[in-house]
Amino acid sequence: MSTVEAPPRGPATARAPRRRIRLTDRARHERNLGWLLAGPAFIAMVAVTGYPILNALWLSMFDYRLTDPGGREFVGLGNYTTILTDGLFWQQFGVTSLITVVTVAAELVLGFALAMVMHRALYLRTALRTAILVPYGIITVVSAYAWAYAFSNTYGFVNGLFGLGEFDWFGGTWSALVTVCVAEIWKTTPFMSLLLLAGLAQIPDDYLEAAKVDGATAWQRVKRVILPNMKAAIMVALLFRTLDAFRIFDSIFIMTAGAQGTETLSFLAYRQTISRVMVGLGSAVSVILAILVVIIAVMFVKVFKTDLSQQRGER
Amino acid sequence: MVLEKKPRRWACGSALVLFASVLTGCGGEDGGSTTLTYYIADAAQEDVATRCAAESGGAYSFNIQRLPNTAAGGREQLLRRLAAEDRSMDIVSVDPPFMAEFANAGFLRAFTDQERQEFSTGVLDGPLVQSTFRDTLWSAPLYGNTQLLWYRKSVLREAGVDPSAGPVTWDQLIEGATRAGVTLAAQGRRNESLMVWVNALVSSAGGSILESGAENLPADEVKGGLDTPAGEVATRIMRDLAVSPAAPAGFSTAGEEDSRSAFQAPDGGFMVNWPYVWAAFDAAIEEGSLPADFKDDVGWAAYPRVDAGTESAAPSGGLGLSISSFSRKPDLAVEAIRCLANAQSQKDFMKTAGNPAALASVFDDPEIRDLFPMADQIREGLDAATPRPVSPYYGDVTGSIQTAFHPPDSLAPGATPREGNELLEAVLSNRRLI
Repeated sequence: MSTVEAPPRGPATARAPRRRIRLTDRARHERNLGWLLAGPAFIAMVAVTGYPILNALWLSMFDYRLTDPGGREFVGLGNYTTILTDGLFWQQFGVTSLITVVTVAAELVLGFALAMVMHRALYLRTALRTAILVPYGIITVVSAYAWAYAFSNTYGFVNGLFGLGEFDWFGGTWSALVTVCVAEIWKTTPFMSLLLLAGLAQIPDDYLEAAKVDGATAWQRVKRVILPNMKAAIMVALLFRTLDAFRIFDSIFIMTAGAQGTETLSFLAYRQTISRVMVGLGSAVSVILAILVVIIAVMFVKVFKTDLSQQRGER
Repeated sequence: MVLEKKPRRWACGSALVLFASVLTGCGGEDGGSTTLTYYIADAAQEDVATRCAAESGGAYSFNIQRLPNTAAGGREQLLRRLAAEDRSMDIVSVDPPFMAEFANAGFLRAFTDQERQEFSTGVLDGPLVQSTFRDTLWSAPLYGNTQLLWYRKSVLREAGVDPSAGPVTWDQLIEGATRAGVTLAAQGRRNESLMVWVNALVSSAGGSILESGAENLPADEVKGGLDTPAGEVATRIMRDLAVSPAAPAGFSTAGEEDSRSAFQAPDGGFMVNWPYVWAAFDAAIEEGSLPADFKDDVGWAAYPRVDAGTESAAPSGGLGLSISSFSRKPDLAVEAIRCLANAQSQKDFMKTAGNPAALASVFDDPEIRDLFPMADQIREGLDAATPRPVSPYYGDVTGSIQTAFHPPDSLAPGATPREGNELLEAVLSNRRLI
């Protein structure tokens, strides 16, 4: 879901004249070449994403159990009513939002600090960057297992380290959510810092030197020079991470299997579709999840004016 | 950008390889007409399969595929593949409670009357009942399973209960373990093992999770049997144990292996668990994580009762071998199952994996009696074991129970059975989510 585009700009789409704009030969060639290059990928994308999306929309209107194909019945928007009137949906929506806000906020702060370290490091730059990026290179399931073992009350080291005895981290909602958030933050902060580093690298040193000459303190330089100039990069990083975090599944599946009220919306979709094989109901949950993700993306782009062109290097 | 020669050639080459692999992927999943794809749930099944293939003299060989470790994971994988009519599956290992769901959906090939006769002769009642659905045999029982009460002999005097002297109740055990300052381990984790516990308690109290006849009803007409005195007493026992000092740390997240490690700990006292633990103690002794004389202190008895005057209904588990409806080689698969599930295979399987045979005769084998001193208890338990509810919608049933009865320490005997029952019926009729 990271294909949201900023509104196109430039003469070709300028508002006033609706008549066809005559293209130069060169422009036409370029356009044709563009289609030629991107066309196959575009067709492949439509085939592998468009069809499942439409199929999910269609299926979401049926009461359809995979083990009972004969009992398939059209229920219109019935599945959506079931979902939206069930307290479980709203509870899991709350848990998902909480995890998203907490992890993305923590990742932003930590990611920014790490980006600064990577940007300013004078020695061992490559080694440092590699070290910081290692967690991101680890498969989520593996990292979730690692953290689950670390927090385990029988063989984990966390309890020993903090003198917590036999405290069962996965035995309560809040403590279980803490472990999930810790695992998520550890895993994806490097991604955040990588995006922020790109933004940081775009700030000309002249700005900072000028600020220094004018007597700005380090904090003032961060607040008045670095942050304003990085706004676009920060918003893009936040957008990408929020969309990812909202769909969290792996860590929770491994660490709590959804017990203790730690289930998220992706889990709800998984349980209806895969465990219960209620394909219709599960598709409806997935459609709602997709709509929520689109709303988040639109909110970032429209309300917070996130400029994705900056990330594509167009400016 | 101008492409250099080399990358272009490389790209063409890789495209060809990709294309070729797609073609072969479509054509050659069989790997030969005598190769049977066998989905196993336990690593020890592979050794048995290797022996059978060798003994067949080339009549068949196996392509072994391992199912996920957890019962739910195994079910999901089989369900997904069978629903997609995967023709590459021949023999599948099915956990008995899931069999009805698969059979009802038409995913399994029914055994013929003659085959049924063959695969049920000498099989203990428990494993046989759970391999049959609507009077048809859908699985050849490979092993049966039942839980026992395990205890440390050294704590009995202080606890004031003696399971070796006669049947004991859950209440006596909770009280005794608390008095002796030891733990009573059970499986409070929210997965299939919680369902096993709830079912055993409700059945021991004389009730059943689903009202009788549920197996032939459409999902939205199935009625739950939890909102009853049996449901209430089961809930009370679960809650009492979970909040008592006898509950091991992390009770609400403890599965079978956590229970075993709680039992092995210095304050371990009692545990309900499957007989595999006996073989697992050996492994732990060999590893050095348990003292060599640990097993001398371990005793076993029948599953605890809910009410002193009523027989307990021990949990029933096991594994059956079924043939996929979509298999191209059902006859060869039957032939292979004749070896995979025969007495020799069941004995080998019991020796290596510690899972009890389904055939009564295996329990009379001197070698087995030597390795499993509790063989008689297991055999009796298998015969008396109460299967989990038989339902074509078992996934919904177990999911609802796991949601309603977890975490055990916050259950309310006055409310949980009613709420659980409502959830179960609402989920089955597609009105609620789990």
